[in-house]
Amino acid sequence: MTKITKADVEYVAALAQLSLDEVTKERLVGELSDILSYMDKLNELDTRDIEPMMHVLPMTNVYRDDVVGPSLDRETALMNAPKTDGEYFLVPRILDIE
Amino acid sequence: MQYEAIIGLEVHVELNTQSKVFCRCSTKFDAPPNTNVCPVCLGMPGVLPVLNRAVVESAVAVGLALNCTVSSWSKLDRKNYFYPDLAKNYQISQYDLPLCRHGSLEIEVNGQSKRIGITRAHIEEDTARNVHDIGGGESGVDFNRSGVPLLEIVSEPELRSAQEAYAYLLQLKQILQYLNVSDCNMEEGSLRAEANVSVRPVGSTKFGTKTEVKNIASFSFTQRAIDYEIKRQIQTLEEGGTVRQETRGWDDRSGTTVSQRSKESAHDYRYFPEPDLVPIAMDETWVKRIREALPELPQAKRARFIEQYRLSAYDAGVLTSSKAMADYFESVLKAGAAAKPAANWIMGDLQALLTAAKTEIESCSITPNHLSEMIRLIEDGTISGKIAKHLLVDMFQTGKAPKALVEEKGLVQISDISWLEQVAREVIVANPGPVSDYRAGKEKTFGFLVGQVMKASKGKANPKLVNDILKQQLAK
Repeated sequence: MTKITKADVEYVAALAQLSLDEVTKERLVGELSDILSYMDKLNELDTRDIEPMMHVLPMTNVYRDDVVGPSLDRETALMNAPKTDGEYFLVPRILDIE
Repeated sequence: MQYEAIIGLEVHVELNTQSKVFCRCSTKFDAPPNTNVCPVCLGMPGVLPVLNRAVVESAVAVGLALNCTVSSWSKLDRKNYFYPDLAKNYQISQYDLPLCRHGSLEIEVNGQSKRIGITRAHIEEDTARNVHDIGGGESGVDFNRSGVPLLEIVSEPELRSAQEAYAYLLQLKQILQYLNVSDCNMEEGSLRAEANVSVRPVGSTKFGTKTEVKNIASFSFTQRAIDYEIKRQIQTLEEGGTVRQETRGWDDRSGTTVSQRSKESAHDYRYFPEPDLVPIAMDETWVKRIREALPELPQAKRARFIEQYRLSAYDAGVLTSSKAMADYFESVLKAGAAAKPAANWIMGDLQALLTAAKTEIESCSITPNHLSEMIRLIEDGTISGKIAKHLLVDMFQTGKAPKALVEEKGLVQISDISWLEQVAREVIVANPGPVSDYRAGKEKTFGFLVGQVMKASKGKANPKLVNDILKQQLAK
């Protein structure tokens, strides 16, 4: 049974800003459907008495103290920028003002 | 048709911790662009965020002050979207298990108090700042703000007017400042408010289509922006149109709200648990410790001031408007002054001096001890209230003790009876007209004669003695 339509794949791809060719889309319809079918398999289990797992790590409360440490110098910070004026990371003009 | 407005507020507050929420970079506001940054807040792949304990504690303190339930179990989630202020394409926030839930805040509008529900308060990271005015057809991105801790506080849609929304914001700001968790400076963006506004016919229980009003850069704009939006929606409906669900930005220059996002992209953030951060488990001991460290909150302080110091509701409101002001007032009392004169001097002349000098009571050059000493000098007759007004200005400018200034400037009130009698006699002789008027029953001319004696003493005569002596001599 197919759980995922091509439209679903296109929607998710758009959210992730991916452009997929038709072959890949068809492949993903199959793969994503398989994944969801496997979830159905898991749903067969009776989990009424099992506490939901909120997180994969069996740990809580890992914190750091509120102490300022060194930052990068600006030259290093901007080193991998596709474009910079020495102060800012430069990006194509944002028209959609916040 | 009569309409009512339904308003909910989303407030983002930058917490004033020293370091950012997930890394050790400084949160300092006006540093040069991209100098408080590291691989974590630049969103580099492979880095590991570690949560700042002070952020959790500040958030819980706010939650408790807003009567929230603090979640015993809470986690952080990734909110996924693409925008140039977000290098890693997700913001670390909280989704289904926020740290604080189900609170309330009491506001007062036109003497009526109203309880506004708080849906939730959760932790998240601030995004980078985009700069649009650098020319060259490009925008600049400054990551200093990226990773500054934010607390998002969401109200229930229970506000019914712009005035209520304004009162809510001010009350919230007051509480946050009392807790000393944020500067709450809207102009600098450390407090940002977004309003969800819709209107519906009075009597209807269905919500109308809401718009989200953003870009409200000061407290005074809040009321204007919401008022405008309410009117705009009502007008749209009256003209047979429909309100479109959209984000609108307040434009101060035109005094209107303007549609912002043309393509109404689905808000599908595909939240999922942040695998790099472990859950927050708040046990009762920890919550208790934070609760016990809470300061007395504005409402409680106001009530206590009315009760303990017999102040009017108005005076108590003004004196508790900031914690610094309330602390100052109580220090003046501790130094010996009585509540009423202390309140009057602080709210009157001292506040006027502070306002004129554009400064806050925290940095006032007049110490509470000095103010108390000045009030004592009035009460024991050393100086008159009128002289005190001038003395206060000198104290404000020099930071000197009132006693020292009184001696230095020879401001001591003249209570020398024989000298005052002499002056009074001279005034009576020099003003036969007013004197006979007074004796004929024109009480008003008495003030004029008192004024003449005060003038002769350059304002330093003890007014009470002048009154007594003049009355005595005029009766002769």
